[in-house]
Amino acid sequence: MDTPRAQSGLPTSSLILDINGIAQTVEVHPWTTLLDLLRSELELTGTKKGCDHGQCGACTVLIDGERINSCLKLAVTLDGAEITTIEGLGTPGDMHPLQRAFVEHDAFQCGYCTPGQICSAVGLINEGHAQGRDEIRELMSGNLCRCGAYTNIADAIEEVLSAQAGTPQREAAE
Amino acid sequence: MKPFSYTRAESVRDAVAALMANPQAQLLAGGTNLIDLIKYDVAEPEAVIDINRLPLKEIVELPDGGLRIGALVSNSAVAYDPRVKQHFPLLSSAILAGASPQLRNAATTGGNLLQRTRCYYFYDPASPCNKRDPGSGCPAIGGLNRIHAILGASDACIAVHPSDMCVALAALDATVEVEGPDGAREIGFADFHRLPGDGPDRDNTLRRGEIVTGVRLEANHFAGHHTYLKLRDRLSYAFALVSVAAAVQVADGRFVEVRVALGGVAHKPWRDPLAEAEFAGAPAGEETFIRLADRLLAGAEGRGHNDFKIPLAHRAIVRALRQAVSGHPQDQTVKAIQ
Ligand SMILES: Cc1cc2nc3c(=O)[nH]c(=O)nc-3n(C[C@H](O)[C@H](O)[C@H](O)COP(=O)(O)OP(=O)(O)OC[C@H]3O[C@@H](n4cnc5c(N)ncnc54)[C@H](O)[C@@H]3O)c2cc1C
Ligand code: SF4
Ligand code: FES
Ligand code: FES
Repeated sequence: MDTPRAQSGLPTSSLILDINGIAQTVEVHPWTTLLDLLRSELELTGTKKGCDHGQCGACTVLIDGERINSCLKLAVTLDGAEITTIEGLGTPGDMHPLQRAFVEHDAFQCGYCTPGQICSAVGLINEGHAQGRDEIRELMSGNLCRCGAYTNIADAIEEVLSAQAGTPQREAAE
Repeated sequence: MKPFSYTRAESVRDAVAALMANPQAQLLAGGTNLIDLIKYDVAEPEAVIDINRLPLKEIVELPDGGLRIGALVSNSAVAYDPRVKQHFPLLSSAILAGASPQLRNAATTGGNLLQRTRCYYFYDPASPCNKRDPGSGCPAIGGLNRIHAILGASDACIAVHPSDMCVALAALDATVEVEGPDGAREIGFADFHRLPGDGPDRDNTLRRGEIVTGVRLEANHFAGHHTYLKLRDRLSYAFALVSVAAAVQVADGRFVEVRVALGGVAHKPWRDPLAEAEFAGAPAGEETFIRLADRLLAGAEGRGHNDFKIPLAHRAIVRALRQAVSGHPQDQTVKAIQ
Protein backbone atom coordinates (compact mmCIF):
# COMPACT_ATOMS: atom_id res chain seq x y z
CA MET A 1 0.00 0.00 0.00
CA ASP A 2 1.48 3.27 -1.10
CA THR A 3 0.04 5.89 1.16
CA PRO A 4 -1.05 5.60 4.74
CA ARG A 5 -4.79 5.34 4.98
CA ALA A 6 -5.96 8.82 5.79
CA GLN A 7 -9.30 7.66 7.10
CA SER A 8 -10.87 10.48 8.98
CA GLY A 9 -11.97 9.65 12.47
CA LEU A 10 -9.20 7.09 12.95
CA PRO A 11 -6.75 7.91 15.67
CA THR A 12 -3.53 9.77 15.09
CA SER A 13 -0.63 10.50 17.39
CA SER A 14 1.48 13.56 17.47
CA LEU A 15 5.24 13.14 17.65
CA ILE A 16 8.37 15.17 17.41
CA LEU A 17 11.04 13.95 15.04
CA ASP A 18 14.35 15.54 14.21
CA ILE A 19 14.53 15.07 10.48
CA ASN A 20 17.82 16.01 8.85
CA GLY A 21 18.56 18.42 11.68
CA ILE A 22 15.14 20.10 11.80
CA ALA A 23 12.73 19.32 14.64
CA GLN A 24 9.25 18.70 13.26
CA THR A 25 5.92 17.85 14.82
CA VAL A 26 4.02 15.30 12.77
CA GLU A 27 0.62 13.63 13.08
CA VAL A 28 0.58 9.98 12.11
CA HIS A 29 -1.76 7.00 12.14
CA PRO A 30 -0.38 4.08 14.15
CA TRP A 31 0.17 2.06 10.94
CA THR A 32 2.09 4.73 9.00
CA THR A 33 5.60 3.51 8.30
CA LEU A 34 8.55 5.86 8.51
CA LEU A 35 8.99 5.35 4.75
CA ASP A 36 5.44 6.45 3.94
CA LEU A 37 5.71 9.38 6.34
CA LEU A 38 8.89 10.58 4.64
CA ARG A 39 7.72 10.13 1.08
CA SER A 40 4.01 10.87 1.20
CA GLU A 41 3.61 13.36 3.99
CA LEU A 42 6.94 15.14 4.23
CA GLU A 43 7.71 14.94 0.52
CA LEU A 44 11.21 13.68 1.16
CA THR A 45 11.15 11.40 -1.85
CA GLY A 46 14.88 10.73 -1.93
CA THR A 47 14.27 7.62 0.15
CA LYS A 48 12.93 4.92 -2.19
CA LYS A 49 10.35 2.19 -1.86
CA GLY A 50 11.53 -0.98 -3.56
CA CYS A 51 9.88 -4.01 -2.02
CA ASP A 52 8.18 -2.52 1.09
CA HIS A 53 9.07 -5.77 2.93
CA GLY A 54 12.65 -5.51 4.16
CA GLN A 55 14.04 -7.39 1.18
CA CYS A 56 15.91 -4.77 -0.86
CA GLY A 57 17.38 -1.95 1.27
CA ALA A 58 16.17 0.90 -1.02
CA CYS A 59 14.39 2.50 1.96
CA THR A 60 17.48 2.56 4.21
CA VAL A 61 17.72 5.65 6.44
CA LEU A 62 19.59 6.38 9.66
CA ILE A 63 17.81 6.53 13.01
CA ASP A 64 20.06 8.00 15.70
CA GLY A 65 22.98 7.17 13.39
CA GLU A 66 22.00 3.51 12.83
CA ARG A 67 20.89 2.23 9.45
CA ILE A 68 17.50 0.49 9.30
CA ASN A 69 14.83 -0.35 6.71
CA SER A 70 12.26 2.45 7.00
CA CYS A 71 9.54 0.31 5.36
CA LEU A 72 9.39 -1.91 8.45
CA LYS A 73 9.45 0.84 11.07
CA LEU A 74 6.26 2.41 12.36
CA ALA A 75 6.73 6.17 12.61
CA VAL A 76 4.69 6.32 15.82
CA THR A 77 7.38 4.35 17.66
CA LEU A 78 10.04 6.96 16.93
CA ASP A 79 8.97 9.94 19.05
CA GLY A 80 12.10 11.96 19.85
CA ALA A 81 14.37 10.20 17.34
CA GLU A 82 16.86 11.75 14.92
CA ILE A 83 16.28 10.66 11.35
CA THR A 84 18.82 11.21 8.58
CA THR A 85 17.83 10.65 4.96
CA ILE A 86 19.78 11.14 1.75
CA GLU A 87 18.52 14.76 1.66
CA GLY A 88 20.25 15.37 5.00
CA LEU A 89 23.66 14.05 3.99
CA GLY A 90 24.60 16.65 1.41
CA THR A 91 23.40 18.91 -1.38
CA PRO A 92 24.46 19.07 -5.03
CA GLY A 93 26.73 21.96 -4.14
CA ASP A 94 28.08 20.40 -0.98
CA MET A 95 28.11 16.66 -1.34
CA HIS A 96 28.84 14.11 1.37
CA PRO A 97 32.13 12.29 0.66
CA LEU A 98 30.16 9.13 -0.14
CA GLN A 99 27.90 11.00 -2.57
CA ARG A 100 30.99 12.40 -4.31
CA ALA A 101 32.64 8.97 -4.40
CA PHE A 102 29.51 7.38 -5.89
CA VAL A 103 29.55 9.98 -8.67
CA GLU A 104 33.28 9.62 -9.28
CA HIS A 105 33.13 5.83 -9.39
CA ASP A 106 29.97 5.70 -11.50
CA ALA A 107 28.43 3.59 -8.74
CA PHE A 108 24.92 3.46 -10.23
CA GLN A 109 22.99 3.13 -13.45
CA CYS A 110 19.29 3.89 -12.90
CA GLY A 111 20.02 5.34 -9.46
CA TYR A 112 16.96 3.88 -7.75
CA CYS A 113 18.92 1.97 -5.11
CA THR A 114 21.48 4.74 -4.64
CA PRO A 115 19.99 6.75 -1.73
CA GLY A 116 19.62 3.50 0.21
CA GLN A 117 23.14 2.41 -0.74
CA ILE A 118 24.62 5.70 0.43
CA CYS A 119 22.69 5.82 3.72
CA SER A 120 23.66 2.21 4.30
CA ALA A 121 27.31 3.00 3.61
CA VAL A 122 27.19 5.88 6.12
CA GLY A 123 25.81 3.41 8.68
CA LEU A 124 28.49 0.87 7.77
CA ILE A 125 31.26 3.41 8.34
CA ASN A 126 29.70 4.55 11.65
CA GLU A 127 29.53 0.94 12.83
CA GLY A 128 33.25 0.46 12.29
CA HIS A 129 33.18 -3.27 11.54
CA ALA A 130 34.41 -3.07 7.96
CA GLN A 131 38.08 -2.73 7.12
CA GLY A 132 38.58 -4.28 3.75
CA ARG A 133 36.70 -5.09 0.63
CA ASP A 134 35.34 -8.47 1.73
CA GLU A 135 33.78 -6.85 4.77
CA ILE A 136 32.35 -4.00 2.71
CA ARG A 137 30.77 -6.50 0.31
CA GLU A 138 29.25 -8.58 3.11
CA LEU A 139 28.09 -5.64 5.21
CA MET A 140 26.49 -3.96 2.19
CA SER A 141 24.58 -7.14 1.31
CA GLY A 142 21.35 -5.63 2.66
CA ASN A 143 21.23 -3.31 -0.36
CA LEU A 144 20.32 -4.90 -3.65
CA CYS A 145 21.13 -3.19 -6.96
CA ARG A 146 19.02 -4.43 -9.85
CA CYS A 147 21.43 -2.75 -12.29
CA GLY A 148 24.34 -4.66 -10.82
CA ALA A 149 26.58 -1.70 -10.04
CA TYR A 150 28.07 -3.63 -7.12
CA THR A 151 31.72 -3.45 -8.15
CA ASN A 152 31.67 0.33 -8.43
CA ILE A 153 29.61 0.70 -5.25
CA ALA A 154 32.23 -1.27 -3.36
CA ASP A 155 34.99 0.82 -4.97
CA ALA A 156 33.33 4.07 -3.87
CA ILE A 157 32.85 2.92 -0.30
CA GLU A 158 36.35 1.47 -0.11
CA GLU A 159 37.80 4.79 -1.17
CA VAL A 160 35.92 6.78 1.47
CA LEU A 161 36.66 4.20 4.15
CA SER A 162 40.38 4.21 3.51
CA ALA A 163 40.50 8.01 3.15
CA GLN A 164 39.09 8.42 6.64
CA ALA A 165 42.12 8.75 8.85
CA GLY A 166 41.51 7.02 12.18
CA THR A 167 38.66 4.89 10.90
CA PRO A 168 36.59 3.68 13.89
CA GLN A 169 38.45 0.84 15.55
CA ARG A 170 37.33 -2.70 15.99
CA GLU A 171 37.35 -4.27 19.43
CA ALA A 172 40.47 -6.31 20.04
CA ALA A 173 38.50 -9.44 20.94
CA GLU A 174 37.59 -11.52 17.92
CA MET B 1 -2.43 -2.45 6.43
CA LYS B 2 -5.57 -2.87 8.47
CA PRO B 3 -5.96 -0.23 11.16
CA PHE B 4 -4.95 -1.04 14.72
CA SER B 5 -4.61 0.89 17.94
CA TYR B 6 -1.20 1.69 19.37
CA THR B 7 -0.02 1.88 22.96
CA ARG B 8 3.42 2.17 24.40
CA ALA B 9 4.11 -0.09 27.40
CA GLU B 10 5.97 1.65 30.21
CA SER B 11 6.74 -1.52 32.18
CA VAL B 12 6.75 -5.28 31.71
CA ARG B 13 3.63 -5.47 33.90
CA ASP B 14 1.97 -2.94 31.62
CA ALA B 15 2.73 -5.06 28.58
CA VAL B 16 1.43 -8.21 30.27
CA ALA B 17 -1.75 -6.41 31.36
CA ALA B 18 -2.32 -5.09 27.84
CA LEU B 19 -1.93 -8.61 26.40
CA MET B 20 -4.37 -10.00 28.97
CA ALA B 21 -6.87 -7.22 28.28
CA ASN B 22 -7.14 -7.99 24.56
CA PRO B 23 -6.59 -11.45 23.03
CA GLN B 24 -6.12 -9.72 19.65
CA ALA B 25 -3.22 -7.58 20.89
CA GLN B 26 0.38 -8.19 19.77
CA LEU B 27 3.70 -6.96 21.06
CA LEU B 28 5.90 -4.89 18.78
CA ALA B 29 9.68 -4.99 19.18
CA GLY B 30 11.92 -4.33 16.13
CA GLY B 31 8.92 -4.81 13.86
CA THR B 32 10.91 -6.55 11.12
CA ASN B 33 8.64 -9.58 11.20
CA LEU B 34 5.38 -8.25 12.64
CA ILE B 35 5.07 -5.23 10.33
CA ASP B 36 5.87 -7.43 7.35
CA LEU B 37 3.11 -9.87 8.37
CA ILE B 38 0.62 -7.05 8.99
CA LYS B 39 1.28 -5.71 5.49
CA TYR B 40 0.36 -9.11 4.06
CA ASP B 41 -2.78 -9.34 6.27
CA VAL B 42 -1.27 -12.46 7.83
CA ALA B 43 -1.09 -10.81 11.25
CA GLU B 44 -4.18 -8.74 12.03
CA PRO B 45 -3.73 -7.33 15.52
CA GLU B 46 -6.45 -5.04 16.87
CA ALA B 47 -3.92 -3.50 19.19
CA VAL B 48 -0.17 -3.14 18.87
CA ILE B 49 1.74 -2.80 22.13
CA ASP B 50 5.11 -1.17 21.65
CA ILE B 51 7.63 -2.64 24.10
CA ASN B 52 10.65 -0.76 22.78
CA ARG B 53 10.91 1.52 25.79
CA LEU B 54 11.05 -1.30 28.36
CA PRO B 55 14.31 -1.63 30.31
CA LEU B 56 15.36 -4.90 28.65
CA LYS B 57 18.28 -3.52 26.63
CA GLU B 58 21.30 -4.72 28.54
CA ILE B 59 23.70 -7.60 28.40
CA VAL B 60 24.71 -8.46 31.96
CA GLU B 61 27.55 -10.70 33.10
CA LEU B 62 26.51 -13.43 35.53
CA PRO B 63 28.66 -14.69 38.42
CA ASP B 64 29.15 -18.15 36.85
CA GLY B 65 30.68 -16.64 33.70
CA GLY B 66 27.43 -16.63 31.77
CA LEU B 67 25.48 -13.74 30.27
CA ARG B 68 21.92 -12.50 30.41
CA ILE B 69 20.80 -10.82 27.20
CA GLY B 70 17.78 -8.54 27.54
CA ALA B 71 14.88 -9.24 25.17
CA LEU B 72 15.28 -5.84 23.50
CA VAL B 73 19.00 -6.00 22.80
CA SER B 74 19.31 -5.78 19.02
CA ASN B 75 20.69 -8.67 17.02
CA SER B 76 23.64 -6.43 16.00
CA ALA B 77 24.40 -5.43 19.57
CA VAL B 78 24.52 -9.09 20.61
CA ALA B 79 26.66 -10.15 17.64
CA TYR B 80 29.28 -7.43 18.19
CA ASP B 81 29.32 -7.43 21.99
CA PRO B 82 32.93 -8.18 23.02
CA ARG B 83 31.77 -10.60 25.77
CA VAL B 84 29.57 -12.50 23.35
CA LYS B 85 32.37 -12.60 20.77
CA GLN B 86 34.83 -13.89 23.34
CA HIS B 87 32.73 -16.41 25.26
CA PHE B 88 29.89 -17.28 22.87
CA PRO B 89 31.38 -16.77 19.38
CA LEU B 90 28.95 -19.38 18.01
CA LEU B 91 26.05 -17.04 18.80
CA SER B 92 27.78 -14.06 17.26
CA SER B 93 28.56 -16.04 14.12
CA ALA B 94 25.01 -17.36 13.70
CA ILE B 95 23.51 -13.89 14.02
CA LEU B 96 25.92 -12.44 11.47
CA ALA B 97 24.94 -15.22 9.06
CA GLY B 98 21.34 -14.00 9.07
CA ALA B 99 19.28 -11.22 7.49
CA SER B 100 21.14 -7.95 6.67
CA PRO B 101 22.95 -5.30 8.75
CA GLN B 102 19.88 -3.01 8.61
CA LEU B 103 17.53 -5.78 9.73
CA ARG B 104 19.91 -6.90 12.48
CA ASN B 105 20.07 -3.32 13.78
CA ALA B 106 16.29 -3.27 14.18
CA ALA B 107 15.64 -6.91 15.11
CA THR B 108 15.63 -7.81 18.80
CA THR B 109 16.55 -10.93 20.75
CA GLY B 110 12.94 -11.56 21.83
CA GLY B 111 11.53 -10.88 18.37
CA ASN B 112 14.03 -13.23 16.75
CA LEU B 113 12.80 -16.09 18.98
CA LEU B 114 9.18 -15.31 18.09
CA GLN B 115 9.62 -14.76 14.34
CA ARG B 116 7.27 -16.85 12.26
CA THR B 117 7.88 -19.32 9.45
CA ARG B 118 8.60 -18.19 5.86
CA CYS B 119 6.35 -20.92 4.36
CA TYR B 120 4.93 -19.41 1.13
CA TYR B 121 1.37 -20.51 1.90
CA PHE B 122 1.50 -19.12 5.43
CA TYR B 123 2.42 -15.76 3.89
CA ASP B 124 -0.48 -15.86 1.41
CA PRO B 125 -3.86 -15.26 3.07
CA ALA B 126 -5.60 -16.52 -0.07
CA SER B 127 -4.23 -20.05 0.61
CA PRO B 128 -5.43 -22.43 3.28
CA CYS B 129 -2.86 -22.97 6.05
CA ASN B 130 -3.26 -24.77 9.36
CA LYS B 131 -0.79 -22.46 11.04
CA ARG B 132 -2.59 -19.27 10.03
CA ASP B 133 -6.11 -20.67 9.95
CA PRO B 134 -6.35 -23.88 12.02
CA GLY B 135 -8.26 -26.69 10.32
CA SER B 136 -8.03 -25.20 6.82
CA GLY B 137 -5.39 -27.66 5.58
CA CYS B 138 -1.75 -27.68 4.57
CA PRO B 139 -1.16 -27.03 0.87
CA ALA B 140 2.62 -27.40 1.31
CA ILE B 141 2.08 -31.16 1.65
CA GLY B 142 1.88 -32.19 -1.97
CA GLY B 143 2.54 -28.60 -3.04
CA LEU B 144 5.61 -26.40 -3.18
CA ASN B 145 7.77 -27.56 -0.32
CA ARG B 146 11.38 -26.92 -1.26
CA ILE B 147 12.05 -24.94 1.95
CA HIS B 148 10.09 -27.24 4.25
CA ALA B 149 10.85 -29.68 7.06
CA ILE B 150 12.52 -33.07 6.85
CA LEU B 151 12.38 -33.81 10.57
CA GLY B 152 9.61 -33.72 13.17
CA ALA B 153 6.86 -32.61 10.76
CA SER B 154 3.23 -33.70 11.05
CA ASP B 155 0.29 -34.22 8.72
CA ALA B 156 -0.93 -30.80 9.81
CA CYS B 157 2.19 -28.73 9.03
CA ILE B 158 5.67 -29.16 7.56
CA ALA B 159 6.93 -25.60 8.12
CA VAL B 160 10.38 -24.75 9.51
CA HIS B 161 11.47 -22.17 12.04
CA PRO B 162 13.58 -19.70 10.07
CA SER B 163 15.94 -18.29 12.71
CA ASP B 164 19.72 -18.60 12.62
CA MET B 165 20.23 -17.13 16.10
CA CYS B 166 17.95 -19.75 17.64
CA VAL B 167 20.00 -22.62 16.19
CA ALA B 168 23.05 -21.34 18.08
CA LEU B 169 20.98 -20.79 21.24
CA ALA B 170 19.76 -24.40 20.98
CA ALA B 171 23.35 -25.68 20.74
CA LEU B 172 24.32 -23.50 23.70
CA ASP B 173 21.45 -24.82 25.86
CA ALA B 174 20.20 -21.29 26.54
CA THR B 175 17.39 -20.51 28.96
CA VAL B 176 14.50 -18.21 28.04
CA GLU B 177 13.27 -15.92 30.80
CA VAL B 178 9.61 -14.91 30.61
CA GLU B 179 7.15 -12.94 32.65
CA GLY B 180 3.39 -13.28 32.63
CA PRO B 181 0.23 -12.77 34.68
CA ASP B 182 1.43 -15.41 37.18
CA GLY B 183 4.90 -13.93 37.54
CA ALA B 184 8.26 -14.91 36.12
CA ARG B 185 9.37 -18.35 34.95
CA GLU B 186 12.11 -19.86 32.79
CA ILE B 187 11.93 -22.20 29.85
CA GLY B 188 14.84 -24.39 28.68
CA PHE B 189 15.62 -23.65 25.05
CA ALA B 190 14.68 -27.15 23.88
CA ASP B 191 11.20 -26.64 25.35
CA PHE B 192 10.63 -23.11 24.06
CA HIS B 193 9.77 -23.88 20.43
CA ARG B 194 7.48 -26.80 19.69
CA LEU B 195 6.88 -29.36 16.96
CA PRO B 196 3.67 -28.82 14.96
CA GLY B 197 1.79 -31.98 15.97
CA ASP B 198 -1.89 -31.23 15.52
CA GLY B 199 -1.56 -27.62 16.70
CA PRO B 200 0.76 -25.84 14.25
CA ASP B 201 -0.82 -22.47 15.05
CA ARG B 202 1.35 -22.50 18.16
CA ASP B 203 5.06 -22.01 17.42
CA ASN B 204 6.18 -22.05 21.04
CA THR B 205 5.17 -22.82 24.61
CA LEU B 206 4.59 -19.26 25.83
CA ARG B 207 1.30 -18.96 27.70
CA ARG B 208 -1.25 -16.26 27.13
CA GLY B 209 -0.02 -12.88 28.37
CA GLU B 210 3.62 -13.95 28.68
CA ILE B 211 6.44 -11.80 27.38
CA VAL B 212 10.06 -12.83 26.88
CA THR B 213 12.27 -10.69 29.10
CA GLY B 214 15.66 -12.18 28.30
CA VAL B 215 17.86 -15.09 27.33
CA ARG B 216 20.46 -16.58 29.64
CA LEU B 217 23.64 -18.35 28.61
CA GLU B 218 25.83 -20.46 30.85
CA ALA B 219 29.60 -20.64 30.58
CA ASN B 220 30.79 -23.59 28.46
CA HIS B 221 33.98 -25.45 27.59
CA PHE B 222 33.90 -25.23 23.81
CA ALA B 223 36.54 -22.53 23.44
CA GLY B 224 37.40 -22.35 19.73
CA HIS B 225 35.67 -25.64 18.89
CA HIS B 226 32.44 -24.55 17.32
CA THR B 227 31.03 -23.48 13.98
CA TYR B 228 27.88 -22.15 12.35
CA LEU B 229 27.58 -23.43 8.80
CA LYS B 230 24.66 -22.01 6.83
CA LEU B 231 23.73 -23.18 3.33
CA ARG B 232 21.33 -21.07 1.26
CA ASP B 233 20.42 -20.01 -2.27
CA ARG B 234 22.71 -16.98 -2.27
CA LEU B 235 25.65 -16.19 -0.04
CA SER B 236 24.04 -13.40 2.00
CA TYR B 237 20.60 -12.01 2.84
CA ALA B 238 18.79 -15.33 2.43
CA PHE B 239 17.25 -17.79 4.86
CA ALA B 240 18.93 -21.12 5.51
CA LEU B 241 18.00 -24.18 3.50
CA VAL B 242 20.03 -26.12 6.02
CA SER B 243 22.25 -24.84 8.79
CA VAL B 244 24.34 -26.54 11.46
CA ALA B 245 25.56 -25.19 14.78
CA ALA B 246 28.20 -27.52 16.17
CA ALA B 247 30.07 -27.21 19.45
CA VAL B 248 32.46 -29.87 20.70
CA GLN B 249 34.90 -30.65 23.46
CA VAL B 250 37.70 -33.02 22.51
CA ALA B 251 40.35 -34.67 24.68
CA ASP B 252 42.98 -37.17 23.49
CA GLY B 253 41.36 -37.31 20.09
CA ARG B 254 37.96 -38.31 21.45
CA PHE B 255 34.72 -36.43 21.99
CA VAL B 256 34.11 -35.44 25.59
CA GLU B 257 30.95 -33.70 24.45
CA VAL B 258 29.41 -33.06 21.06
CA ARG B 259 26.40 -30.88 20.35
CA VAL B 260 24.75 -30.46 16.96
CA ALA B 261 21.74 -28.21 16.33
CA LEU B 262 20.15 -28.04 12.89
CA GLY B 263 18.31 -25.12 11.30
CA GLY B 264 16.01 -25.08 8.28
CA VAL B 265 14.97 -28.68 8.78
CA ALA B 266 12.20 -28.64 11.40
CA HIS B 267 9.50 -26.60 13.13
CA LYS B 268 12.10 -25.81 15.80
CA PRO B 269 15.89 -25.78 16.00
CA TRP B 270 16.56 -29.54 15.88
CA ARG B 271 18.65 -31.31 18.49
CA ASP B 272 18.88 -34.93 19.56
CA PRO B 273 20.63 -35.07 22.94
CA LEU B 274 20.28 -38.86 23.19
CA ALA B 275 22.12 -39.32 19.92
CA GLU B 276 24.77 -36.81 20.98
CA ALA B 277 25.31 -38.68 24.27
CA GLU B 278 25.97 -41.93 22.41
CA PHE B 279 28.97 -40.31 20.75
CA ALA B 280 30.73 -39.14 23.91
CA GLY B 281 34.01 -41.04 23.97
CA ALA B 282 33.99 -41.76 20.21
CA PRO B 283 37.09 -40.84 18.19
CA ALA B 284 36.71 -37.26 16.93
CA GLY B 285 37.28 -38.20 13.29
CA GLU B 286 35.62 -38.52 9.91
CA GLU B 287 34.10 -41.94 10.50
CA THR B 288 32.37 -40.75 13.67
CA PHE B 289 31.14 -37.58 11.93
CA ILE B 290 29.46 -39.72 9.27
CA ARG B 291 27.91 -42.07 11.81
CA LEU B 292 26.59 -39.14 13.85
CA ALA B 293 25.10 -37.54 10.72
CA ASP B 294 23.47 -40.90 9.82
CA ARG B 295 22.06 -41.13 13.33
CA LEU B 296 20.72 -37.55 13.41
CA LEU B 297 19.00 -37.96 10.04
CA ALA B 298 17.73 -41.52 10.52
CA GLY B 299 14.14 -40.29 10.76
CA ALA B 300 14.38 -37.68 8.00
CA GLU B 301 11.58 -37.66 5.45
CA GLY B 302 11.49 -35.66 2.22
CA ARG B 303 8.28 -34.29 0.73
CA GLY B 304 9.36 -34.03 -2.87
CA HIS B 305 10.92 -30.68 -3.58
CA ASN B 306 12.87 -30.76 -0.33
CA ASP B 307 14.31 -34.26 -0.74
CA PHE B 308 17.67 -32.64 -1.48
CA LYS B 309 17.82 -31.38 2.10
CA ILE B 310 18.55 -34.88 3.44
CA PRO B 311 21.91 -35.40 1.68
CA LEU B 312 22.63 -31.66 2.04
CA ALA B 313 22.11 -31.83 5.81
CA HIS B 314 24.22 -34.97 6.00
CA ARG B 315 27.17 -33.31 4.28
CA ALA B 316 26.67 -30.11 6.28
CA ILE B 317 26.79 -31.99 9.58
CA VAL B 318 29.99 -33.82 8.59
CA ARG B 319 31.60 -30.59 7.38
CA ALA B 320 30.53 -28.64 10.46
CA LEU B 321 31.95 -31.29 12.78
CA ARG B 322 35.23 -31.18 10.86
CA GLN B 323 35.30 -27.38 11.27
CA ALA B 324 34.47 -27.54 14.97
CA VAL B 325 36.97 -30.28 15.80
CA SER B 326 39.78 -28.58 13.88
CA GLY B 327 38.97 -25.25 15.55
CA HIS B 328 38.28 -23.46 12.24
CA PRO B 329 34.78 -22.01 12.49
CA GLN B 330 33.03 -20.99 9.28
CA ASP B 331 33.98 -17.44 8.27
CA GLN B 332 30.80 -15.38 7.74
CA THR B 333 32.58 -12.74 5.65
CA VAL B 334 34.69 -14.81 3.28
CA LYS B 335 32.10 -17.44 2.55
CA ALA B 336 34.37 -20.17 1.17
CA ILE B 337 33.62 -23.40 3.03
CA GLN B 338 36.81 -24.99 4.31
C1 LIG C 1 14.11 -9.84 4.24
C2 LIG C 1 14.36 -10.51 5.54
C3 LIG C 1 15.39 -11.44 5.65
C4 LIG C 1 15.63 -12.08 6.86
N1 LIG C 1 16.62 -13.01 6.91
C5 LIG C 1 16.83 -13.68 8.07
C6 LIG C 1 17.83 -14.68 8.17
O1 LIG C 1 18.55 -14.97 7.21
N2 LIG C 1 17.99 -15.32 9.35
C7 LIG C 1 17.21 -15.02 10.42
O2 LIG C 1 17.41 -15.64 11.47
N3 LIG C 1 16.26 -14.10 10.37
C8 LIG C 1 16.06 -13.42 9.22
N4 LIG C 1 15.07 -12.48 9.16
C9 LIG C 1 14.12 -12.37 10.26
C10 LIG C 1 14.56 -11.44 11.38
O3 LIG C 1 15.64 -12.00 12.07
C11 LIG C 1 13.34 -11.28 12.30
O4 LIG C 1 12.36 -10.57 11.59
C12 LIG C 1 13.69 -10.55 13.58
O5 LIG C 1 14.62 -11.27 14.34
C13 LIG C 1 12.43 -10.31 14.41
O6 LIG C 1 12.74 -9.48 15.50
P1 LIG C 1 11.93 -8.12 15.77
O7 LIG C 1 12.43 -7.56 17.04
O8 LIG C 1 11.97 -7.25 14.58
O9 LIG C 1 10.48 -8.73 15.98
P2 LIG C 1 9.03 -8.11 15.75
O10 LIG C 1 8.71 -8.09 14.32
O11 LIG C 1 8.87 -6.87 16.53
O12 LIG C 1 8.17 -9.24 16.47
C14 LIG C 1 8.11 -10.56 15.97
C15 LIG C 1 7.13 -11.35 16.86
O13 LIG C 1 7.69 -11.51 18.16
C16 LIG C 1 6.80 -11.02 19.15
N5 LIG C 1 7.66 -10.45 20.19
C17 LIG C 1 8.64 -9.52 20.02
N6 LIG C 1 9.30 -9.31 21.18
C18 LIG C 1 8.72 -10.12 22.10
C19 LIG C 1 8.97 -10.38 23.48
N7 LIG C 1 9.95 -9.76 24.15
N8 LIG C 1 8.18 -11.27 24.13
C20 LIG C 1 7.18 -11.93 23.46
N9 LIG C 1 6.90 -11.73 22.15
C21 LIG C 1 7.68 -10.85 21.47
C22 LIG C 1 5.92 -10.02 18.44
O14 LIG C 1 4.67 -9.91 19.08
C23 LIG C 1 5.80 -10.65 17.06
O15 LIG C 1 4.80 -11.64 17.07
C24 LIG C 1 14.84 -11.78 7.98
C25 LIG C 1 13.83 -10.83 7.89
C26 LIG C 1 13.58 -10.19 6.69
C27 LIG C 1 12.49 -9.17 6.61
S1 SF4 D 1 3.56 -26.02 6.13
FE1 SF4 D 1 2.55 -25.16 7.96
S2 SF4 D 1 2.74 -22.99 7.58
FE2 SF4 D 1 3.02 -23.94 5.57
S3 SF4 D 1 0.98 -24.18 4.62
FE3 SF4 D 1 1.33 -26.03 5.79
S4 SF4 D 1 0.34 -25.55 7.74
FE4 SF4 D 1 0.72 -23.59 6.78
S1 FES E 1 11.59 -0.92 0.50
FE1 FES E 1 12.32 -1.35 2.50
S2 FES E 1 13.70 -2.94 2.16
FE2 FES E 1 12.78 -2.75 0.19
S1 FES F 1 21.57 1.63 -9.89
FE1 FES F 1 19.74 0.74 -10.65
S2 FES F 1 19.17 -0.50 -8.96
FE2 FES F 1 21.14 0.13 -8.38
